[in-house]
Amino acid sequence: MQTEMKAFLRRHGLLAGFGLFLISVALSADAFLTPGNIFDVLRQVSITGVMAVGVTFVVITGRLDLSVGSLLTLLTVIVVDQHNTSGPAMAILITLAAGIGVGMFNGVLVGLVGLNALIVTLAMLSFLQGLVLFYSGGSNVNVQNAQTTWFAVFGRHDLFGVPVPALIFLVTAVIAAFVLNRTIFGRQVFAVGGNETASRFSGIASRWTVFWAYALSGLTTAIAAVIMGSRVMGAQNTIGQGYELTVLAGVILGGTSLLGGSGSIWRTVLGITMLGFIQNGLLLLGFPYYVQWLVTWAVIILAVWIDLGAKRGRILA
Amino acid sequence: MSATNSITKAGGHSSVTRLLMRNHIWVFLALTIVVFSTASPYFLTINNLGNVLTQAAFIGILAIGMTLVMIDGEIDLSVGAILALASALAIGLQDHIGIWPAVFVGFLSGAALGFLNGTLVALSGMHSFIVTLGGLIGIRGLVFIYTGEDALMVGDFSYTEYPEIYLGPISLTAMIFIALALFFQWILSSTRHGRETYAIGDNIDAAHDAGINIKRHKIINFTLCGALAAIAGILLSMRLGTAEPNAGKVWELWTIIAVVLGGTRLQGGYGSMWMTIGGVLTLAVLRNGLRLLNTPNYVELMVMGTVLVLALLIDKLLSRQEA
Amino acid sequence: MADPILTLSGITKTFPGVVALDKVSFDVRPGEVHALVGENGAGKSTLMKVLAGLYHPDAGEIIYQGQPVQIDNPLAAREKGILLIHQELSLSPELSVAENIYLGAWPTNALGVLNKRKLRRDAQAALDAMGCSFGPDDRVGTLSVAMQQMVEIARSQAFSANVVIFDEPTASLTDTEKDQLFTTIRGLQRQGVGIVYISHKMDEIFELTDRITVLRDGQVQGTVTTRETDATAVTRMMIGRTLEAYFHKADSTFGEEVLRVDGLSLQGQFEDVSFSVRQGEVLGFYGLVGAGRSEVVETLFGVRKADRGTLQWQGAEIPLPTPRQAIDLGMALVPESRKEQGLVLMMGGMENTTLPHLASYARSTVMDRGKERATFDEYKDALSIKTTGPDQPVSTLSGGNQQKFVLAKWLCAGPKLIILDEPTRGIDVGSKSAIHTLIAKLAEQGLAVIVISSEMPEVLGVSHRVLAMAEGRLVGEFEGDAMTEENLIDAVSHHLARPAAE
Repeated sequence: MQTEMKAFLRRHGLLAGFGLFLISVALSADAFLTPGNIFDVLRQVSITGVMAVGVTFVVITGRLDLSVGSLLTLLTVIVVDQHNTSGPAMAILITLAAGIGVGMFNGVLVGLVGLNALIVTLAMLSFLQGLVLFYSGGSNVNVQNAQTTWFAVFGRHDLFGVPVPALIFLVTAVIAAFVLNRTIFGRQVFAVGGNETASRFSGIASRWTVFWAYALSGLTTAIAAVIMGSRVMGAQNTIGQGYELTVLAGVILGGTSLLGGSGSIWRTVLGITMLGFIQNGLLLLGFPYYVQWLVTWAVIILAVWIDLGAKRGRILA
Repeated sequence: MSATNSITKAGGHSSVTRLLMRNHIWVFLALTIVVFSTASPYFLTINNLGNVLTQAAFIGILAIGMTLVMIDGEIDLSVGAILALASALAIGLQDHIGIWPAVFVGFLSGAALGFLNGTLVALSGMHSFIVTLGGLIGIRGLVFIYTGEDALMVGDFSYTEYPEIYLGPISLTAMIFIALALFFQWILSSTRHGRETYAIGDNIDAAHDAGINIKRHKIINFTLCGALAAIAGILLSMRLGTAEPNAGKVWELWTIIAVVLGGTRLQGGYGSMWMTIGGVLTLAVLRNGLRLLNTPNYVELMVMGTVLVLALLIDKLLSRQEA
Repeated sequence: MADPILTLSGITKTFPGVVALDKVSFDVRPGEVHALVGENGAGKSTLMKVLAGLYHPDAGEIIYQGQPVQIDNPLAAREKGILLIHQELSLSPELSVAENIYLGAWPTNALGVLNKRKLRRDAQAALDAMGCSFGPDDRVGTLSVAMQQMVEIARSQAFSANVVIFDEPTASLTDTEKDQLFTTIRGLQRQGVGIVYISHKMDEIFELTDRITVLRDGQVQGTVTTRETDATAVTRMMIGRTLEAYFHKADSTFGEEVLRVDGLSLQGQFEDVSFSVRQGEVLGFYGLVGAGRSEVVETLFGVRKADRGTLQWQGAEIPLPTPRQAIDLGMALVPESRKEQGLVLMMGGMENTTLPHLASYARSTVMDRGKERATFDEYKDALSIKTTGPDQPVSTLSGGNQQKFVLAKWLCAGPKLIILDEPTRGIDVGSKSAIHTLIAKLAEQGLAVIVISSEMPEVLGVSHRVLAMAEGRLVGEFEGDAMTEENLIDAVSHHLARPAAE
């Protein structure tokens, strides 16, 4: 009985705790579990969610990507600016290409050269922030024809009553889960993160696997930037600041191990969505927005601790 | 570090070469100073160098604690948030309990949060990256809960005069930084605790077999790291006379950059306060020099990123040669 | 004769499913060098860990200086005067020699400030007693392996050790360094220290030791006086069981040459290695740990990059391959370390099996789980692997079943050459003989097989031809009646370089 309970908690503890949270907030705030509010939350989490999907690949290879926040800023500035000069279609293409390009650059330094991922992406965080200021000249950019452009679809419109960004999040997650679980590349990502030496002994080019994981992280950040640009119809120079931490928090909360080799897209989606609902629920309960940070702290520590403890069979090391 | 097979000492480098290879950041710092001295007449003035030192002090004090934790093979991402909380408490409590008690409470808050980080790391077996990432987010929440969204102002402006004590061009803040760095270099090189730090970061199994209490040791270093962050926060509040809820945001990243630039390794077991002082000063000189040259802000950020990657590459090459 | 300083009696230690030590009794006298020998898995390292306080025996008694004692941890062992010199040195490279000698037990004042003068003086005294050429202030990371070992041995002086245990101390030493080590050990002996010397190397044992205790399958086979015995007798005691064990040698006809290697060299690892292997042939590689055998096959497989040398594959010269190219040619490597090199432990058996051949289990880039499952089922039955399903993480399987998945992973693509590096290390007897039978079957099917082993009966039992390797060079080739233990021991321990007759 006790072991069954433990097994349940290990598999579904996160979900169960989250369910309790949802119910208790719903009991005290009527507006919480209404379709309108739920869609609002999904709209809000779609940006960090899409990014987290790509970062999950990097984390499963046993690496980190701290540059995604700065990259989001840069790409949002680019997509908005290019929208004004080259038109929406071209702007999106350029943004996607730039995102993949920066991801590949990280991939070269971390994957191919073998430098420390934390420091390289930290350096990239700083470098990209500089690039943002260089590109924008320090001023904010805005979409000039915000009311008429079809670019608004990505961040502002609904499709079948569901917000388009939430649909993009869903589609990205479905594709990513497919790639991770069903393709050769996905298998290589798990193998490299699980045991890099054994992967090399199995003929897998582990360095290139890491390289492509970073490229993917760049791509999903570019998609997030399109949503962001469309939603805000403009970009400030700090618009993505701190996003790397929220994204990482979501990935960790989902139970993807920073040591690599394990994790799943759906758990990441769950982690990010939970953070969104916690934020929204606390606001509806009348707490100021910053209380969510305190709760996030507690949730991360508890979730990871319980996860670790369940794997070891006991809570204290 | 892998051992060599040669019967002679590694590489046959002279001790001077080895000293330079271990402290290559100082060579780089000297080069930077030479470059900026020729580029700008305002750079190599006593006044400006004094300013550089003061500007370096805040990241510098954070970096001292970070170095301790990093030689252990751990990391602390929460120092920026702890700095903000200590600065808010030191200012916010003054009107109620007086200046020095408020400062003391601010200091204690940092030590306590550091203790919490260390305890969580030691007891749970979670990686310190996760524990302190949580701390980075959550402690910032504490700051906002305490301050609301607005900056707190000092009521008694004599508070802001403490750091205005100068010894020649060197401010009190800079002196405190230098004194702390030297003190902790002494701790690292001459005390049991300091030598344990290297032993644990180098070869944790050997340290354990030798009876070193690893958990207690790590808790102490995280506590020191938190306490040092609080000192930086208090000094910042004295200098500014206000406590911003967003103070110290992303400073943890600058701190890590400074420490790694100095040559201390993230894997642990390797580093010193000399290296960290070198890294902190290099960062400050780069920032100051680039501003004197009126380069736009973005150049600074891009140079930092590039320098950091170069530092990694150099470290990779040097450690390969030394090994 | 002096009374023993340390006596173990009836020490038993079991791990789930294995009796690692079975009523082991053993003693060391002051001023004696007592060798502890046995095959891999005989229980030497477990016994050593019991002495060092890393393991606690389930039964039995340790009597030290006439008193029964309990050794709780390595620190307690050291404080009692029992010092273990690991193969993996327990030093901190960043700390000085003096600090390492007294690791964790530095002289300090009440505030924890080091008394550097006392530390240096004491360390210098310990180093002087050993005749070391380096000083107490040198950083350990700058010393050679031999010097680092001296730092560890210096702890015996610093802590006035009464018993010092050496675990394969010469594994990474040159001949000169080895002589220095022996001088040091004799010095300890003169001081009346009891020494336990664990080694595979017969020449060292006969040069250095007074008595020899042989362990096999966790039991003491006997303790003999070194002067009254010889290498052959000791070897027979070590491998007694396996000599009688049945090896099924492949009854195959040799076909075309599959692989020919010429002058393969990798600096610091091996020099000028040349050999060839034919279809249906089982080629054995015998050598002690560290002889360079694994390095040679890892280079063939492309995991390491050779400095020089040429390969011919099925008669045609080819460039030195990458692992991917080697796999595509039809090479398979069952590596030495199953857990580090062979398997992704978090993955299930099925995913591990298909890992080297992902492209052939995919339609365009999408994995075909049906096809993977079919292969999994086929090999699960063929190798009788005990697992609950395709996704059970292999980390939860026994060593034997893990090894079978490593085999499955290479067999499923139908290789032309399979290299097995220590294929039976650390697995149970049942799985061992299953693997031996499999090796014969593969050769009979026409595969070229290379088997690396440091277990002599295994190499002799399964191979048609044996190459002996020592210190990175091939030192002998034996076929037919020349394939005897004595010849192999001769070749390896005395480097009787019979040029490979190619």
